[in-house]
Amino acid sequence: MFNNFPLWPDRASSAAGNVDALFIFLIIVSGLMTALIFTAVIYFAARYRHRKGVLAEQIEGSTPLEITWTIIPLGVFMVIFLWGAIVYFKSRTPPRDSSEVYVVAKQWMWKLEHAEGQREINELHVPVGRDIKLIMTSQDVIHSFFVPAFRMKQDVLPGRYTIAWFRATKPGTYHLFCAEYCGTQHSGMIGDIVVMDPAQYEAWMSGSPNGPLSATGEKIFAELGCVTCHRSDTQGRGPSLQGVFGKPVLLQDGRTVTADENYVRESILDPGAKVVNGFKPVMPTFQGIVSEEQLNALVAYVKSLSPAGQTGGQTANPAMIAPGNNPAPVTTHGSGKASSKGSKVQ
Amino acid sequence: MPDSQTSTMAATHAHNPALLHHFATEEQQRDSANLGMWIFLATEVMFFGGLFCAYLIYRRLYFGDFAAASKSIDAALGGTNTAVLICSSLTVVLAIWAAQTARRTLLISMLVLTMLFGCVFLGIKAKEYKDKFDEHHVPGATFSFEHEQVPNAPEGVYANPRHAQIFFALYFIMTGLHALHMIVGLGIFSWLLWMSWKGRFTPEYHTPLEIGGLYWHFVDIVWIYLFPLLYLIDRHA
Amino acid sequence: MATSTVQPVEREDYLNKEYGVGSWLLTTDHKRIALLYLIAITFFFFVGGFFALLIRLELLTPAGDLVQADTYNKLFSMHGMVMVFFFLIPSIPAVLGNFLVPMMIGAKDLAFPKINLLSWYLYIIGGIMMTHCILTGGVDTGWTFYTPFSTAFSNTKVIEAGLAIFINGFSSILTGLNFVVTIHRMRAPGMTWSRLPLFIWAHYATSIIQILGTPVIAITLVLVVAERALHLGIFDPKLGGDPLLFQHLFWFYSHPAVYIMILPSMGVVTEIIACFSRKRIFGYSFVAMSSVAIAVFGFLVWAHHMFVAGISVYAALVFSLLSYSVAVPSAVKVFNWTATLYKGSIHYDAPMLYAFGFLGLFTIGGLTGLFLAALGINVHVTDTYFVIAHFHYIMVGGALMGYLGGLHFWWPKISGRLYPEGWARLAALIVFVGFNLTFFPQFVLGYIGMPRRYYDYSHMPEFQVLNVLSTAGATILGIGYLLPMIYFLWSMRYGKPAPDNPWNAAGLEWMTQSPPTTFNFPEEPVVTWEAYNYEEIDAGHKQEVHVAR
Repeated sequence: MFNNFPLWPDRASSAAGNVDALFIFLIIVSGLMTALIFTAVIYFAARYRHRKGVLAEQIEGSTPLEITWTIIPLGVFMVIFLWGAIVYFKSRTPPRDSSEVYVVAKQWMWKLEHAEGQREINELHVPVGRDIKLIMTSQDVIHSFFVPAFRMKQDVLPGRYTIAWFRATKPGTYHLFCAEYCGTQHSGMIGDIVVMDPAQYEAWMSGSPNGPLSATGEKIFAELGCVTCHRSDTQGRGPSLQGVFGKPVLLQDGRTVTADENYVRESILDPGAKVVNGFKPVMPTFQGIVSEEQLNALVAYVKSLSPAGQTGGQTANPAMIAPGNNPAPVTTHGSGKASSKGSKVQ
Repeated sequence: MPDSQTSTMAATHAHNPALLHHFATEEQQRDSANLGMWIFLATEVMFFGGLFCAYLIYRRLYFGDFAAASKSIDAALGGTNTAVLICSSLTVVLAIWAAQTARRTLLISMLVLTMLFGCVFLGIKAKEYKDKFDEHHVPGATFSFEHEQVPNAPEGVYANPRHAQIFFALYFIMTGLHALHMIVGLGIFSWLLWMSWKGRFTPEYHTPLEIGGLYWHFVDIVWIYLFPLLYLIDRHA
Repeated sequence: MATSTVQPVEREDYLNKEYGVGSWLLTTDHKRIALLYLIAITFFFFVGGFFALLIRLELLTPAGDLVQADTYNKLFSMHGMVMVFFFLIPSIPAVLGNFLVPMMIGAKDLAFPKINLLSWYLYIIGGIMMTHCILTGGVDTGWTFYTPFSTAFSNTKVIEAGLAIFINGFSSILTGLNFVVTIHRMRAPGMTWSRLPLFIWAHYATSIIQILGTPVIAITLVLVVAERALHLGIFDPKLGGDPLLFQHLFWFYSHPAVYIMILPSMGVVTEIIACFSRKRIFGYSFVAMSSVAIAVFGFLVWAHHMFVAGISVYAALVFSLLSYSVAVPSAVKVFNWTATLYKGSIHYDAPMLYAFGFLGLFTIGGLTGLFLAALGINVHVTDTYFVIAHFHYIMVGGALMGYLGGLHFWWPKISGRLYPEGWARLAALIVFVGFNLTFFPQFVLGYIGMPRRYYDYSHMPEFQVLNVLSTAGATILGIGYLLPMIYFLWSMRYGKPAPDNPWNAAGLEWMTQSPPTTFNFPEEPVVTWEAYNYEEIDAGHKQEVHVAR
């Protein structure tokens, strides 16, 4: 029991250092504040202990003092807020060229599928130094994907995708925990993140029997008949999916939405929710017909039809999708700098 | 403090028997009762508020589906109910005026009329619920909402039954809770009626009528919000 | 110090005025109702504490070997529900508030004594339902009831637990309503707002939260119960609903709820520090305004419980910023309490020891709130033992210490007896030591990654040492809590009779008998002095009996 007694988690991701730095700063600030208060209280309690014949001195207050000890903490808090916000923003913004891994959580296990095709249960093998973007959903209740060594946590919800990303910086095996209570075996919904040298990872990866996820998706796309309406020319009853992913889409009710993972997923499960402008709402729902894994494959396939999708990021290029418009793969969005306000790619 | 304001237990006992022991003056008692009822109504606002919040969020998310579902509830009946409740609030006000001016007969008849209006409201609500039951719009195993055209959308755009079911779930919970409050209101007014019959209310003391009236007006106001929100989504001329 | 004069004849007071179960169960005397609450919440405290004991015992070893997984899940769920809803939220307002609010403002009773009794009965009905739920299988959703687990997946008595809490909520609402009306309308002549004890300001702020916040959890529970019973889809994505909507509605109440738990305790601590420093609180108006500010800002920060739940980055930024704003008034209070000690004349009686304990533990707990409000850190530590440590520092180290301090401070008034001072000081010390040993290791445990609500950590044996420390602390803490239970009971029979004002404290409540008569004051008091008039008191202008030691 006493062999292994860590007081600090492993630091194994690019984000970990940033989080730890802020944490240490907070420890220092809190430590100072605690020391200040404790010292003051103990000192005053001792120095001004009740002595016979000595009365307390009635002091109403001091407005300058009140203002001072309101403004200064507020200032310190704002610094902490800003620092925390910056760290957070970075950790929530996956870089453009991230490799993708689809995660399906269910009571009480993690099912993972690399875009390249490898499937894993309760384990995730990744190479050192590569940005990994997790596209996650749950089959049942809310779970949470938590890797302490990466300082990373993201709730995994049923009915939609949530995204998280990391870049592992140190080879090793690290704990994966479910961090949102999900029932009987919540404590057992754990696994390992195995970070390998790139060479080792290549070797591991080549041992997989499955083709890339997008190829699986292409097969499902054909099997389920999607290809009959979503043709790559513009003659189909449904919009062509070439180059759609990652771009804004004009809907029939005038709204414009971005075709991200959740949009694709929703279009398959609830096609009437967002009908593309100029098309009739004739697409049937595939709710109950496709499994989560099949959905992931389909999403991966749709992504692969778009250069933006191939590199895993989203663009803000306002190429509009409409019938009669044959959107060839877009080339004008530049070398991949994300232009959404405030986000900075690591 | 002037001596006349100092209250000993003996002095207060000499006053209106309706003055309770722990209050110094009738004014204090009346003010406390009023403030208490207003605060209670604030809690009711927060209570219904959570529901309204959920409703507004889903309405924004699934507007077309909600519009289709809304079309299927009877706005004429709902409108009638609105008129009924507004009239009942009038009779409440008249009842209070009657108490203030010592008109016992008017007081009693206005209270009876108020309760009558309340019963009419509940009766119409019951009819509406029955209609929904017959049309299989009650959420649960028997729910069905297929091929319902979304109003003001192109032909062939149908409502998503799952989203429509959310509308109906919220419809029943919101109007059901409202109806429950009406029933409680009827209970309160029965008691007020009984008190009035026994002559307990005078121009000097009719606080229970006032605060009961406040409650009734509140229930009325909730309906006045419910009606357009639920019944009148996207209904053009 | 001179010993108190002997009480010659037994005086009539609220305790001996009438005997018999009926006189208690149908009482409208706010003081008796306070005692009814005291008994009830003490019962639930030990129920919740028992669950905590089992939890800590299980976590002594990495393997899940004491109880089964489902049982453990029920244990932490019911520990949370019982402690939050049936102990902490009522505790100070329903016991000390009920007892003292009328007296502190010079009134004979609360504005609505019958509604006060109704509050207690609603609490009891909710409590019986909760107890029944516990005894017949329990509930395993966590006190947070997250959907869709609670509505569509749990196989336990979610509906019963939800309804129990729903009913209990009305107890809280009515208490708050009663306090607000009382404070507005029943102050004695001369008792202006700026002369009110800060205990009253704290309870006023608390009551606002109770009134505005509790109905929201009420409707949320209604929706959960309806969804579960009727298979609706309001929160279930499979049926078109949104699980995040539940979280927003839940936390909209449950965050302000934590201020319901801490504000009254801050009020108690203010009274104690003033009395045992023999001086007016430093910065009275700032402390009063801070209470109000906490109540207001407390309603604006709920989604800081949801930073990793799937809300947008921009929403997260807003809530993080607002969360820092609510930290400022709390910090201001800590500074004011500390400044009150300066040039005071400080006594170390047991209530003051609890107040010191509060100052230390609330400071640490509050500071760790800053960690959690920082988005970058929150991602790592949320849903881990770090959060558990944080809120236990505030709720147990803060609220419970305040409650115990208050019980000790006003015990002579409530019971007419003195508790044994030596034992009380020992208990305060034991609680302080035991508490820190229990919960400080949990900060570390959280940062190294132990998630909440885990009963088995056999794959992570590196967590064991800290868990063992925590359990050891919990045992000590338990002893610290048992002691007051024992000696308070002992004192009711064998304690020295208390003088009317053993502490020479300021405040109208001390100008009554110990224990008070049913209507508190023989004549309505007329207030012509400021709060905390210790200068007058210590200069001998008031006739007070000195403390018996």
